[in-house]
Amino acid sequence: MSSQQLTYLIEGAGGTLLLSVLTFIFAGLLGLAIALARVSAAAAVRRIAAAYIQVIQGTPLLVLMGVCYYGPNLAGMDSVPALFAATLALTIQSSAFFGEIWRGCIQSVAKSQWEAAECLGLGRLQRMVHVILPQALRIATPPTVGFMVQIVKNTSIASLVIGYAELSYNAKILNNSTFEPFLYFGLAAMLYFAICYPLSRWSRQLEGRLNVAGG
Amino acid sequence: MSPVVELRNVHKRFGAQHVLKGVSLKVDKGEILAVIGQSGSGKSTALRCMDRLERVDAGEITVCGHSLHDSDMDLRQLRQDVGIVFQSYNLFPHLTVLGNVMLALRHVKKFSRARARDIADRALAQVGLEDKADAYPEQLSGGQQQRVAIARSLAMDPQLMLFDEVTSALDPQLTGEVLKVIEALAGNGMTMVLVTHEMAFAYRLASRVVFMHQGQVWEEGGSEILKQPKTRELQDFVGNGL
Repeated sequence: MSSQQLTYLIEGAGGTLLLSVLTFIFAGLLGLAIALARVSAAAAVRRIAAAYIQVIQGTPLLVLMGVCYYGPNLAGMDSVPALFAATLALTIQSSAFFGEIWRGCIQSVAKSQWEAAECLGLGRLQRMVHVILPQALRIATPPTVGFMVQIVKNTSIASLVIGYAELSYNAKILNNSTFEPFLYFGLAAMLYFAICYPLSRWSRQLEGRLNVAGG
Repeated sequence: MSPVVELRNVHKRFGAQHVLKGVSLKVDKGEILAVIGQSGSGKSTALRCMDRLERVDAGEITVCGHSLHDSDMDLRQLRQDVGIVFQSYNLFPHLTVLGNVMLALRHVKKFSRARARDIADRALAQVGLEDKADAYPEQLSGGQQQRVAIARSLAMDPQLMLFDEVTSALDPQLTGEVLKVIEALAGNGMTMVLVTHEMAFAYRLASRVVFMHQGQVWEEGGSEILKQPKTRELQDFVGNGL
């Protein structure tokens, strides 16, 4: 294996990392909005959010990728960059999962906490921000990081549909020219692990720290 | 002067269960009303209705000048005028004792940090926990947690305090320290409604006692009714307890 090939593989890992981080950010923000919509006081808002989650969770990521990449073109617009389409598809899909994970965490905070905050005169948003979300955060850490690891691996689907140059894609290209699948896919697996392992470690650290502060 | 709390023919149902069947009662300023009765008699529900944690199905409630049956009443102002303490303390576990007491001062009363801190310190001193300001709830005993909950309500400077079986989760030793705090409050002239199982305490402290039975005010009067009950049901309830 030449150093050029190794560099190519590591570049792929960079693509994976970039797509993952962009998805964490956008899916995190959208997911939070969806989780809050799921516990909204307005029944219509709750229903819309629930429908979004149902539809998106029932749609394969592969299909979403295709729609996000080819969709604009088919609709007569300019074609979009692969990174944009991949981020969009992953954001749509992951936000539905984050939304549902976090709804569960928010609702698992005891109802008596809502009540106590309400009786002190705190408004709905204040209750959410100062009382419920800080407690939900602690519960949410393990499943959230678990799903972040899932996102990292889901990025590989971007190469299948769109040809976005991430880790799996570059490993496949290298294998196609060298016929050494064990070497290149093995290395790719190690690089995936190198991205995911720190996430898991960070999660455990965070859990420890959040546990000290109450409860 | 109009009463601080007034319930007029209040009805409340939970599904098929008719929990309050025409409850009427009054609490005047400076009065301490003890509400007693068996579990399921509706006493906690009546108390929760006073802070509008439950909406009534029929009848009228007025608390601190707020008409609770009006749909456009100022709920946040009601919550500032009324303090409520629960059986299970319901402290915020992610905040320190000081954080618990300061939260509503900062975000509801909009006081500056320094002013909120000052009021919180005084409220904690009132319940004898000024040295626990930086502790988290889980580091405190049940009795201490309940005193923090009282301080958290007191800090908001309410006109009325509601206590919902606040010692029922505590062992006898810890019960004493909480009752002492409530007694001191009574000495300061605070208007209070206590739902309680502590008969001796009710007898000593209450200016009036309401005995609830099957969703109704069955017997009411001065605390002497605990010694000389008129109805059969109250006789059975107090038994030889006093």
